Amino acid sequence: MELFTLSLLNGISYGLLLFMLSAGLTLIFSMMGVLNFAHTSFYMLGAYLGYSVSGWLGFLPALVLAPLGVGLLGAAFQRTVLRRVQRQGHVAELLVTFGLSFVVLELVQLVWGRSAVDYRVPQLLDGPMATVAGIAFPAYRAFMMLVSLAMLAVLAWLMTRTRTGLLIRAALTQPHMVEALGHDLPAIHMGVFGAGCALAGLAGVIGGNTYVTEPGMALSVGALVFVVVVVGGVGSLAGAFVASLLIGVLQTLAVGLDMSLLSMGQALGLSPDPAASASRWWSLQLSQFAPVLPYLLMVLTLVLRPRGLLGPREG
Amino acid sequence: MSRPAAGLPGEPPERFWLRLAWPLYGVAWLLAPWLFGDGLGLSLLSQIGIASIVCLSYNILLGQGGMLSFGHALFSGFGAFLAMHTLQRVAGGWPVPVSLIPLVGGLSALLLALLLGWVSTRRSATPFAMITLGLGELAWSAALMFPAFSGGEAGLTGDRTAGGAIGGWTLGPALQLYWLIAVYTLVCTLLMYGFTRTPLGRLLNAARDNAERVAFTGHDPHMVRYLAFAIAAFFAGISGGLAALHFEVVTADVLAGQRSGTYLLFTVLGGTGFFAGPIIGAIVMVLSLALFSALTPAWLLYLGLGFMLTVIYLPGGLASLATARFRQQLATQLRRAPAACLALVGAWLLMLAGLSALVELAYQWHLRSAMGDALRFAGLSLNAASPASWSGAAMVALAGAALARWLARRIATAATLQEAT
Repeated sequence: MELFTLSLLNGISYGLLLFMLSAGLTLIFSMMGVLNFAHTSFYMLGAYLGYSVSGWLGFLPALVLAPLGVGLLGAAFQRTVLRRVQRQGHVAELLVTFGLSFVVLELVQLVWGRSAVDYRVPQLLDGPMATVAGIAFPAYRAFMMLVSLAMLAVLAWLMTRTRTGLLIRAALTQPHMVEALGHDLPAIHMGVFGAGCALAGLAGVIGGNTYVTEPGMALSVGALVFVVVVVGGVGSLAGAFVASLLIGVLQTLAVGLDMSLLSMGQALGLSPDPAASASRWWSLQLSQFAPVLPYLLMVLTLVLRPRGLLGPREG
Repeated sequence: MSRPAAGLPGEPPERFWLRLAWPLYGVAWLLAPWLFGDGLGLSLLSQIGIASIVCLSYNILLGQGGMLSFGHALFSGFGAFLAMHTLQRVAGGWPVPVSLIPLVGGLSALLLALLLGWVSTRRSATPFAMITLGLGELAWSAALMFPAFSGGEAGLTGDRTAGGAIGGWTLGPALQLYWLIAVYTLVCTLLMYGFTRTPLGRLLNAARDNAERVAFTGHDPHMVRYLAFAIAAFFAGISGGLAALHFEVVTADVLAGQRSGTYLLFTVLGGTGFFAGPIIGAIVMVLSLALFSALTPAWLLYLGLGFMLTVIYLPGGLASLATARFRQQLATQLRRAPAACLALVGAWLLMLAGLSALVELAYQWHLRSAMGDALRFAGLSLNAASPASWSGAAMVALAGAALARWLARRIATAATLQEAT
């Protein structure tokens, strides 16, 4: 049971990290219609910048400076490149971000090398926060959850309680009216794109040392974030939140609770005959399924509820 | 009286060349082995055939249907695996001619697409991109879970001569395989061209441009996309089957998302708006994967940057360089200010040379522990450790950029002046 609770907590912290990524992606997508394929490249940049800055100045400055830097880079990309292809439609915008993901990957490898860097959890937060029945829950995980939740709270406050948030929400639904009222819509777009990238960068800074900071990290998380967005419903922030937690918990539990399909079948009251239990299928471990679980969930969602968990109604 | 130099009276030369394109394409495949007949040349030609089938099939989705897929390798890869399994069975005594095995790949990919297509083609643009990405990742991770199907990390191997000789053809020698691939390439290209002229192909274009109107004419755009998805998968599967015969090994990499990304990248580079664009893309793909990658360690960076520049400045891809509109524009500019235009190209080249010298220096610096500091670049000896090399390259790049900017302004001014008079 303790193991289950710990796995659950780990899953939630992973899910919150996924939400930081999918939130920026969803925000950018619903405002500009741009599916930012390079979103997780900004996550990777955040992790690497966090690693470098925390080496020079310490972890806390990195927590502020790295997302800021990533956000500025994102805004600059939107301003110089994305704006040029806006006329050509959303496919061209997606393609250009696809190209960017190649370039960022190469540049990261050029600057930081092709293997993983030694990006460690800061000393202060290293070690267990609480020990439950002999199994430790790392303090850094708790910190991660704290940062994610604080970010969520700030984002919610910003979007619902401030004038900036009002403007952004207005620009989401009534872009022409916002422009007619004299607001600079391209500047709003640039700001939102930069903010979304900064969120990804923040996720990179706090996620890079928990998981691993290597050139492959953008690609491996990238597919997962897209799955989150599809399962949650394209364009829905609340849906992205639910789907992130769902996928985070699901995947962590599958790894954490290591059991074979056979024992699971037995627990569920199925008793496969001995001949079947020797077969390939029954001897598969649940943890072996962990990498495909999110994608299976996506296919299931598409079949049963094509618009996603909380997606807008079609048509 | 100015009549076109070639073609029927009154027929613009453009159409004349278009009518000749097919015979010329066939003759090119016929003559190519004599021109590039050595081992490497034949292998590259075969790979170009395989790649052009898969890129053309990809363009059914992207160019003709407006469906941006990130999971096309799922179908070419699945076809390759099923073809390889069949080849292994043939070695065990199945009476299937090896030359028909690519069709097995195509049909199995078709079945898979019929199974998966309905849920993924519900919407076209962005959701389709994300869904196909997810499906591709699903297949790739699942393949590694079932080593009996995928052969695990090592993959599956086979022997294409397993079927024995049919009419003296064992497909063992590279040249015999080349002829098989050439025939498949020509037939598939013709079929895919024919598809663009069918009512379904036209409906697919219509569903790309305005799905709502298609629905109003009584056709279901979802059904149109679904059928196109299946057809594209069929040809991708054939290409996968040919690749299985060519390489005689299939690993899980053929299903990877990177593979799908490669198809996407080179199809766009070639040009999605033209039927022949993906063929150009396939040629560039094979040549750059085989030759360009050996030339410089920075080739992926150049590829990514080149791709972005293509999307921004040349949305029609390389194929649009051959269109009449582009040539007319070029001719007009050249007539207006010939010297400035040539100088502009020179300035661009100067800028590119400077920039790529910088990139090469950066890579040399990155690899200095293994390769040393010295670098040969365009006949010059540079040194990644010397500030002179760096500042020299930077100055060349900056001078080229400044010159290009100035010349572009001059040309623009000349154009305005001429239009005013």
